[in-house]
Amino acid sequence: MFIAYFTEQPDASFPQEIGDELGYTALLLPNKYFNAEAVSELYQLRLREYQRAEEVGFDGIMLNEHHNAPFCLQSKCNIFAAVLAAATDHVRIELLGNPLPISDNPVRLAEEIGMLDLISKGRIISGFVRGGGTEQISTNANPAYNRERFVESHDLIVKTWTEPGPWRWEGNHFQLRVVNPWVQPLQKPHPRIWMPGVASKETVIFAAEHRYPFVALSTTFETTKKIWALYDQTARAVGYEPGPETKGYELRVHVQDTEEKAIAAAQHYMWMQGEFTGVTHPVWHNPSGYGSPTWRRQFVEMANGRRQNVANVGKDVTIQDLMSAGNVIVGTPDQVIEGLKRVLDELRPGILNIWCNDGRVSHETGMRCIELMGQEVLPAIRQYADELGLNSPFDIDAPVSLATTPQAELQPVGA
Amino acid sequence: MAVTEALPEAPEQFVEVVGEKIHWLQSGSGDSLIVLHHEIGNPGWLPFYEQLAQRFTVTVPDFPGWGQSERPLWMRSVRDLAVELNLLFDQAGVEETVLVGLGFGGWVAAEMATMNQSRCKRLVLVGATGVQPPEGEILDQFLYAHMDYVKMGFHDNDNFRRVYGEEPATEQLMDWDVHREMTARIAWKPYLFSQTLPYLLPGLTTPTLIVWGADDRIVPRSCGERYRDALPNSRLEVIEGAGHFVEMEKPDELSRLVLDFAGA
Repeated sequence: MFIAYFTEQPDASFPQEIGDELGYTALLLPNKYFNAEAVSELYQLRLREYQRAEEVGFDGIMLNEHHNAPFCLQSKCNIFAAVLAAATDHVRIELLGNPLPISDNPVRLAEEIGMLDLISKGRIISGFVRGGGTEQISTNANPAYNRERFVESHDLIVKTWTEPGPWRWEGNHFQLRVVNPWVQPLQKPHPRIWMPGVASKETVIFAAEHRYPFVALSTTFETTKKIWALYDQTARAVGYEPGPETKGYELRVHVQDTEEKAIAAAQHYMWMQGEFTGVTHPVWHNPSGYGSPTWRRQFVEMANGRRQNVANVGKDVTIQDLMSAGNVIVGTPDQVIEGLKRVLDELRPGILNIWCNDGRVSHETGMRCIELMGQEVLPAIRQYADELGLNSPFDIDAPVSLATTPQAELQPVGA
Repeated sequence: MAVTEALPEAPEQFVEVVGEKIHWLQSGSGDSLIVLHHEIGNPGWLPFYEQLAQRFTVTVPDFPGWGQSERPLWMRSVRDLAVELNLLFDQAGVEETVLVGLGFGGWVAAEMATMNQSRCKRLVLVGATGVQPPEGEILDQFLYAHMDYVKMGFHDNDNFRRVYGEEPATEQLMDWDVHREMTARIAWKPYLFSQTLPYLLPGLTTPTLIVWGADDRIVPRSCGERYRDALPNSRLEVIEGAGHFVEMEKPDELSRLVLDFAGA
């Protein structure tokens, strides 16, 4: 079992009443409300929390990236990864991840990740994402080519890491006359690539076809099981048996000494009306061409006010509603252990990303949560995961990709 | 796409160019006049077209990727679109025509005319995109819901209702979304204008009528002034009581201007 610590790095200094007045908290939220002094201090606190997470025994620290919104202060996940590469010792740095389509030069990304892997002495897990819909707009990346750019950028980065240069890339979206970066990652054949996602079938299939672990982000048990079924079917069709090492799950878990304290802190998960990518208009969240065409009817109905916006359903939801669904776990160490055991029973992941602190949770409260995780929750969960045989890719030294799996081991079934 | 007001119908046809199926509506008799639609697509055979059809054979193609025309997966620019439409009308044997471009279609028309002046006898640009506005910005539809954006193209909301109804059908919304996606595919950045077209316009001596709705909230009138200043043989007319979709709000006024300019 691989267990990582995660926080969105929320901007707790953001004046929430502005978002309530405007009705949105991303993309067009005026940045005149940004408080540079407060955020500078928040970055220092986050760093101390990450260092504590390493000390108490988390295997990894998950980082992510978002733009134009106070719910996430990481506008470049590689920058905080660089800080952690130097400020931590052995914890793995899990980038979930670099949004490939919004970068016009994938070779630069390959170099950055290569540097991170060298500085951290081989501790990088390189997740790749498509980026949110609003990010396509805020970085002016064409949403109609989002998936094509994702796939081509991925192919180019992996080739940059694995095929000795110099060579030339004349692709559909990227053209590089000389690909030959001096800096290469430490890990061979290349850092592990993990793919986070929600329910986009295309992404699940892409991950399974490449033998990359898929990390489901706070999806319900029911949805997650559907994702696993699609993943497993695809994996078997390309010839390998997918175990728990291919399944990751991210969920909100907050632990305190008493249930009351835990619930009070967990209220902060609702600070964006329960929407962890901020409150936005559907057409910002899903610019035309970004989403699957099969979803067009529902999307236009939502975008034009004829159907509830599934991206912003949080208004009427309480933390208790989320807790009763089982994928938000809040309470004392015993309660949290019990809840997490249920997650392991239901979903059998080999990778757990635990999102502990959000919103305006204070540094002290956040630190207590991290400490209780380390003292009580992590040992119990590791032991239970071992009993269930929930191995991570590191536990069994799983191949980093289908391309690096020996051909003789592949036995396609039902293709 | 059906519209709410009772409209005369026009015969439709599918033709093939560069291996792609293109759909067009055609009616009337006399010399050729081609209307190029907005980026929201063509809602059907409009009264404006019918009025022009009293004097001209009016052809209104769905752009490749819009309406019932096949999506060209290879297409990357509005200039690609203009080239394909020129090939289409080469193939159709149209030797001379009046070219009327509406909004985004105005940009396409201006590109087509710069490539083939001998075919384009008269050019009409109505609220045309294609040049960067010296003042203001072209409204970014990607920040607005489909219906809100289309409503912003009308001076009077009653005119929106007359054409599209109080609550347009979901199929209409889906069409707008497909067209929006196609707009992204070929005109995402820079948004709805060319950085090179202004340098070619001075070479276009075709008599050109530029028309703007007085209340166009989508494309600033400064674009019209820029077209007027760049095109040596042009004039700019402004129609009161109209937004961006002049042909739907003020069809009589617009067709009168076009017929006076091109129909003699």
